[in-house]
Amino acid sequence: MDSRRLPRTVIDPKVRLVGFFTSGDPPPARFNPNTADATAATAAAISSSSQNSDINLTGNSLSPVMIPPLRRMSPRRCDEMQMPIGSYNPSESLLGTSPSRRGINGPDFSEVATSAWLGISGSMKAAASFPGSSGEMMMVGKNGGNALVKNMDTTELAAKTVPGVTEKDGGTLTDMKNEGAGTVRHQKQMTTRAERRAIQEAQRASKAAAMMDEKDGGTRTDIKNEGAGTVRHQKQTTTKAERRAIQEAQRASKAVTMMDGKGGKSIASTGGGAPSISNQEKVLKQSQKKDGPQETGATSEKKVSRNPDKDRKKDIPQPRMQFDDKNRVEKAKRRAVVNQFEARNRVELFRHLPQYEHGPQLPYLESKFFHLDNIHPSVYKVGLKYLSGTITGGNARCQEMLLAFREAIIDYSTPPEKVLVRDLTSKIGSYVSFLIECRPLSVSMGNAIRFLKNRVAKLHHNVSESEAKSRLISDVDRFINEKIIVADQIIVQHAVTKIRDGDVLLIYGYSTVVEMILLHAHEQGKQFRVMVVDSRPKLEGKILLRKLVMKGLSCTYTHINAISYVMHEVKCVFLGASAILSNGTVFSRVGTACIAMVAHAFRVPVLICCEAYKFHERVQLDSICSNELGNPDVISNVPGKEDVNHLANWADHKNLQLLNLFYDATPSDYVSMIVTEHGMVPPTSVPVIVREYGKDQFIF
Amino acid sequence: MDFQVVVMAGGYSKNLVPLVSQEMPKPLLPVANRPVLSYVLELLEASNLKDLIVVVEGEDVALRVGGWISGAYVDRLHVEVAAVPEEVGTAGALRAVAHHLTAKDILVVSGDLVSDVPPGAVAATHRRLDAAVTALLCITPVSGPSESVSSVGKDKGRKLPRANIVGLDHTRQYLLHVAAGAEVGKDIKIQKSILRANDQMEIRADLMDAHMYAFQRTILQEVLDQKEMFHSIKHDVFPYLVRTQLRSEISDKGAPKNGLNGVDYTLNGSEPASEILTNRTHKCCAYIANKSKYCSRLNSVQAFCDINRDVVGEAGHLSGYSFSAQNNIVHPSAELGSKTTVGPQCMLDEGSKLGDKCSVKRSVIGRHCRIGSNVKIFNSVVMNHVTIEDGCFIQGSVICNNAQLQERVVLKDCQVGAGYVLTVGSEYKSEPLSKK
Repeated sequence: MDSRRLPRTVIDPKVRLVGFFTSGDPPPARFNPNTADATAATAAAISSSSQNSDINLTGNSLSPVMIPPLRRMSPRRCDEMQMPIGSYNPSESLLGTSPSRRGINGPDFSEVATSAWLGISGSMKAAASFPGSSGEMMMVGKNGGNALVKNMDTTELAAKTVPGVTEKDGGTLTDMKNEGAGTVRHQKQMTTRAERRAIQEAQRASKAAAMMDEKDGGTRTDIKNEGAGTVRHQKQTTTKAERRAIQEAQRASKAVTMMDGKGGKSIASTGGGAPSISNQEKVLKQSQKKDGPQETGATSEKKVSRNPDKDRKKDIPQPRMQFDDKNRVEKAKRRAVVNQFEARNRVELFRHLPQYEHGPQLPYLESKFFHLDNIHPSVYKVGLKYLSGTITGGNARCQEMLLAFREAIIDYSTPPEKVLVRDLTSKIGSYVSFLIECRPLSVSMGNAIRFLKNRVAKLHHNVSESEAKSRLISDVDRFINEKIIVADQIIVQHAVTKIRDGDVLLIYGYSTVVEMILLHAHEQGKQFRVMVVDSRPKLEGKILLRKLVMKGLSCTYTHINAISYVMHEVKCVFLGASAILSNGTVFSRVGTACIAMVAHAFRVPVLICCEAYKFHERVQLDSICSNELGNPDVISNVPGKEDVNHLANWADHKNLQLLNLFYDATPSDYVSMIVTEHGMVPPTSVPVIVREYGKDQFIF
Repeated sequence: MDFQVVVMAGGYSKNLVPLVSQEMPKPLLPVANRPVLSYVLELLEASNLKDLIVVVEGEDVALRVGGWISGAYVDRLHVEVAAVPEEVGTAGALRAVAHHLTAKDILVVSGDLVSDVPPGAVAATHRRLDAAVTALLCITPVSGPSESVSSVGKDKGRKLPRANIVGLDHTRQYLLHVAAGAEVGKDIKIQKSILRANDQMEIRADLMDAHMYAFQRTILQEVLDQKEMFHSIKHDVFPYLVRTQLRSEISDKGAPKNGLNGVDYTLNGSEPASEILTNRTHKCCAYIANKSKYCSRLNSVQAFCDINRDVVGEAGHLSGYSFSAQNNIVHPSAELGSKTTVGPQCMLDEGSKLGDKCSVKRSVIGRHCRIGSNVKIFNSVVMNHVTIEDGCFIQGSVICNNAQLQERVVLKDCQVGAGYVLTVGSEYKSEPLSKK
């Protein structure tokens, strides 16, 4: 398993305290300036905040809890970077895609390979640059429409040729490239979506860039990008003043580009940036008020560069509600069915996540039982179960939700003068928002909802109601069957091959699929021992332990504190996952990252068992931006031990904040293998699965 | 939400004998001058439950109750009043209306419940736990009514209600054992199988069954069909379900099966540990109301007095009246003589007249009563159209409609039936007084 990767040094634990992902940590000597910069430049323009983070890691090992700190680059490199960035002319932006083409056709391939191989992050960089560059092209496309088309064709070509290489080569690199090309192809299919994503990516990159130095080339390109983004989105802006400001910005930037032509890239970029700054000064003030402490240290310049994306948040549909945004929270509260009370003493870094007082939620929702007429009883029931914690675990939650929707569809009848497709979609939407109020959705549920909505939307208008319903019901059944039940069976079959006689397996928490694997291996007569590692406050491992012991497996039970000791004798680590993101990051029960890191340090292979429907194309670098906060009381109380309840009235202490995180992100470095129903794949192949199978999953 | 509500309004209750009469069946007994049934109906209405079935014992009672409901709730509720023969019991009453029941779950509420526990909470717990039956349990007030009452000496002769024994699992959600107070002798017997299946059981005697049950309809109907001897829900059906939760003959076909095409889903990843071991055929659950909620049943004369006092007192929000600055409710049309005082936690309804130098404390006085001078009324309930002449002293008593108390009558802890006349100067203590 280990031979799969190049040997890499174990990363200094200081650098990655909180679930930070991509390691990379490529030694500066190996940093090939030419190739790296070419890729880095395009990457910096759009996404690839991963790149930022690893440059940070190489540069200075600051506190990893904070958002990536300042990025230092030599001025020489800045100059170099400007070249591909500033020229937003399609022929040059081809440069971004050209390496892949070259790589496929000619002997240059090996060179690209090395460039992409600069540690794992190097390959990530190369991968990230491809969608990035194409996204850029989309934006440039406004100016040169036919050039764009040409561009798309070339990338398309690359996309078509690469899969073949993948088959032969089987390497990570080609996989990654494949991803890049694939995204391009994907974008071609639905241009509007691609545009949106490109802009989102730009936004993300700019966010990361906001932390960089002003002089840095990356920031400048970002600002330019902002310009492009705002231009594209001017139709969606709401208030008059905003619209005018953006128009002015656009006009100014256009004028500047016309004047200077190719030579004045840098001016153009600032020209694009400046007006957007001017119109966002209001926002700046707001943001100063709102922003958490991690930003107080930032200089005003950084804020300026950060502002544009603050403003554009209004234009672009936000992927996730930020709960530190007071206006939005107020709005959401008015809409909410469940009356929730914000918890006190919240941890500042996690203010953007919803956190409520856990006491009054359930009684309130229960007393409202008969008032919520528009919510189907079965959906309500599932919501209650989420809220009370009766159902936990990605599979169970998703399955219950789908079954509830199935019931709702069975009972559904189209109201007069309404169209089934639209009405049912809105109904499902209202159910989903109710469920979100009970508990934030998991990735698996999000995927399932997307699937269901897609199926509803795909229904033809002249299909009769009963026919439509029966089709949807069978779709739901099939989803549950194929994506969960059968998938689990296949995963079990795959994973069992990795268990040999005399093995000591370590498991953490409670994953249903891991349980199935162990039981299946036991049924096959394999002789192995299981280390059940558990952690407070959920102590889910106990339930699993009980089941395993009852089946006659020999187990050891320990808590996560003892992990470094027990890891000595472990042969293999089996972990479940809540989600796997397309950069290979494993999103799972908090503590999983710790286990994986320790296992990695001890050179113990880590197998993540996860159904492919939990894969998501999103990229996440840390466990901060998206997570779930649990009831803080449960970590302060130790049940059955009255003498250690020192934190009894913790809410009264102003300077005490308790943090009960649900999930953490395990960087793909620490994952040896992901076991899915599509086989055992390295974490770098996740995007391939997302692309190749995700498409089928949602469109069929 | 796929729930149907059945209100067991009752008829002439034997427990309330001097109070109830032909004209005044139990559902219409006034609590703060409103029929007791109205408290349940309004509780349900507040929970957005507007389609109700009210089951009444006896045809004539049904007529009365139906008349009152249609008058009072004409455009607010859709109530179906069903008359059942007397002495069929609550189970029999349910059997009688079984053909009306179609929803997935049935909420059975006793008509004499005065409470502010939201029925939705019981229903939601029922749904959340997939229970066959869920009961609302309330914490019995430890010292009964407030201390000032017992200082008057009213509670002396009162028997403590025998405690119900309730066994709960450690999460306090599942009911493992129930025994009504009357059935409990010196020892209680607990089924070993249930105890073994749950590792531990919490036995509590401070919980009162509020007679609000959520049943799964199919299970309820099966029990009612199979066990024709069952008379009462509380004493027969409910304990039976709790007793047989591990080995019932009731097939659980009411519960929707999750299996599709023969694939049996295992969702056990989420179930708590105790549930993995217990192979329950059906679940019996309890919703334990919060201590701050008021919950009481009008099932005895004593309870009638207590509830009346509580509703104008500590549970004043239930009465629906607005209290004056003196913490009492005096209708504007009531007339008070000079030097007459009406204390806090009192109610004086429209058209009643009080003479001079009267004193009313913690009492409810109904409509159009005529009360003479120098009358003391403490801790009592005086219904409508009662005449009390000068110099009477009434303590801890209930005086029903149209009764007449002549001069200098002294009553302590008595119940005066409707239309009864007490002669001049008579004294009674702890006696039910009514026409034979």
